[in-house]
Amino acid sequence: MNWINNFVRPRINSIFSRRETPENLWHKCSACGTMLFHRELSDNLNVCTNCNHHMGLTPRARFANLFDGGVFTEVAVPDPKADPLQFRDQKKYPDRMRAAQKGTGEKEAMLVATGEMGRTPIVAAAQDFSFMGGSMGMYVGNAIIAAAQEAVKLHRPLILFSAAGGARMQEGILSLMQMPRTTVAVEMVKEAGLPYIVVLTHPTTGGVTASYAMLGDVHIAEPNALICFAGPRVIEQTIREKLPEGFQRAEYLLDHGMLDRVTHRMQMRDELITITRMLINLPPAIKGDLPPPAPEAEAPAEANSTEPPAGSAA
Amino acid sequence: MTQYLDFEKPLAEIEGKAEELRALARTNEGMDVSAEAEALDAKAAAMLVDLYKDLSPWRKCQVARHPDRPHCRDYIEALFTEYTPLAGDRNFADDHAVMGGLARLGDRPVMVIGHEKGTDTKSRIEHNFGMARPEGYRKAIRLMEMAGKFGLPVVTLVDTPGAYPGKGAEERGQSEAIARATEACLRIGVPLVSVIIGEGGSGGAVAFATANRVAMLQHSIYSVISPEGCASILWKDAEKMREAAEALRLTAQDLMKLGVIDRVIEEPSGGAHRDGKAAIAAVGRAIEAMLSDLDGKDRAEIVKDRRTKFLKMGDRGLAA
Ligand SMILES: [Zn+2]
Repeated sequence: MNWINNFVRPRINSIFSRRETPENLWHKCSACGTMLFHRELSDNLNVCTNCNHHMGLTPRARFANLFDGGVFTEVAVPDPKADPLQFRDQKKYPDRMRAAQKGTGEKEAMLVATGEMGRTPIVAAAQDFSFMGGSMGMYVGNAIIAAAQEAVKLHRPLILFSAAGGARMQEGILSLMQMPRTTVAVEMVKEAGLPYIVVLTHPTTGGVTASYAMLGDVHIAEPNALICFAGPRVIEQTIREKLPEGFQRAEYLLDHGMLDRVTHRMQMRDELITITRMLINLPPAIKGDLPPPAPEAEAPAEANSTEPPAGSAA
Repeated sequence: MTQYLDFEKPLAEIEGKAEELRALARTNEGMDVSAEAEALDAKAAAMLVDLYKDLSPWRKCQVARHPDRPHCRDYIEALFTEYTPLAGDRNFADDHAVMGGLARLGDRPVMVIGHEKGTDTKSRIEHNFGMARPEGYRKAIRLMEMAGKFGLPVVTLVDTPGAYPGKGAEERGQSEAIARATEACLRIGVPLVSVIIGEGGSGGAVAFATANRVAMLQHSIYSVISPEGCASILWKDAEKMREAAEALRLTAQDLMKLGVIDRVIEEPSGGAHRDGKAAIAAVGRAIEAMLSDLDGKDRAEIVKDRRTKFLKMGDRGLAA
């Protein structure tokens, strides 16, 4: 396969979400039902201005906010073998994939990028819940491995935003094998002495929670995010009792010692900058919206990221 | 008494008839049924071979879950000496779904860890049907790390429907415990070999089977989700488990093709539950072979072997 084809879209296009739909001027909050002006909602990173409900946010929109000036460089992810099991349920897996790609404008359920966050060079990976429930298959595994290798190569912290219903059933056992594969990726980052910070967003469940999402040096969750191994419905069926209010939500996990912090999305970037800079022993950051970094600073990163990460499909 | 699976009904009839004949002969002196009974025996034996020759994935699930199939305890008792169970996670409890401890395989001291499902109602409840809670994974982590410290190879025996989906298990960090167990599997600088002896249920199995070498018994299964669970999500109908079992590719044979496991251990005719002794012996030979494969590798090589194995996994698909 050709790595060059796969790589580097024009850098600045990342500022404008490909999914922006100007005709959708109003959006209804899925929690309180308030009608929110599209612009107002996207300025608030898809958090309801009325009730603070955190709605889904695409990796591109998240990165546009996370990185200085909204500028980032995508890291190439090796393409896995398509439909490795020739999986058929009521639909064919390739048809489900095509529908997801058409619906999201994305290739797969994870985006990896390098850039600067408050002038702090990082590698970031974000999972896309709108792409087949963010499910973890070979591609997501490859993406996390690519992110880890990039972090080690550039000697940068890795920040990962998780969002997934779990493993991608259509890849069967190979989706399950992403648990050990992504754990190897996390090990590489840790061995290099680099921070690995996980931001758990709604929902993070199943095999994703039981692998890379629970192995961070620091765990931060967005408010009210569902974070669990077994889903509440499965548990209710098993134990035949009603679960308490807020069970398996971010605040509940914080109380039970599984998270370091629960942080509002609008404060997340500043908090990540603060924590990351302390962990890598940099002076305090200048907070706020920073212009994009000087282009030459990014140049070596670009040149290097054409190399395929190991463990890639041939 | 043999417990028959639904697809074994015709077999049950023939074996039942042979049994009846023999019972009749015992109560009626001078009655000779041996020729007839032997003919029925031969018919049953042929049918057994035929039934098990090409088991569908769903039937394999049924066989893998057969209550008479040898369990972890049976393997440990038969294959190891000086088995000394070690208990507890030093934190909350001792999880009886997971058993493990020091033992000798031949002369060699090892750490053996596995899921135990139990054999009757009482022991099944005691072992929580082989569904571990966080304490179980944390006990396994403790034992793996101890093995790493003292240079003992680790043998894991996997037989679980999955991690326990309970309230307390979630509160005490089921996800974190599984993730850490997988991490421990990858970190320890000693050989880790694993055998899926029955059900390899999702993350609960991965936490033990992230090994240098993984073997599966011929009719065992290893899957990201149970066929029933998959059917209810993708088909919206739990009764479509046959289709789901087919689609998931959860058999030892498919996993071998996919490069996820390293060897398939042949079961006696009619499955491990018909001749536990033979099945256990075959597993013992596989464990010895997998361990001797890894002999002579130092700590760094062992760790690298595991990492490389999993990083490469999945790049060939079913093309075989
Ligand atoms: Zn609202």
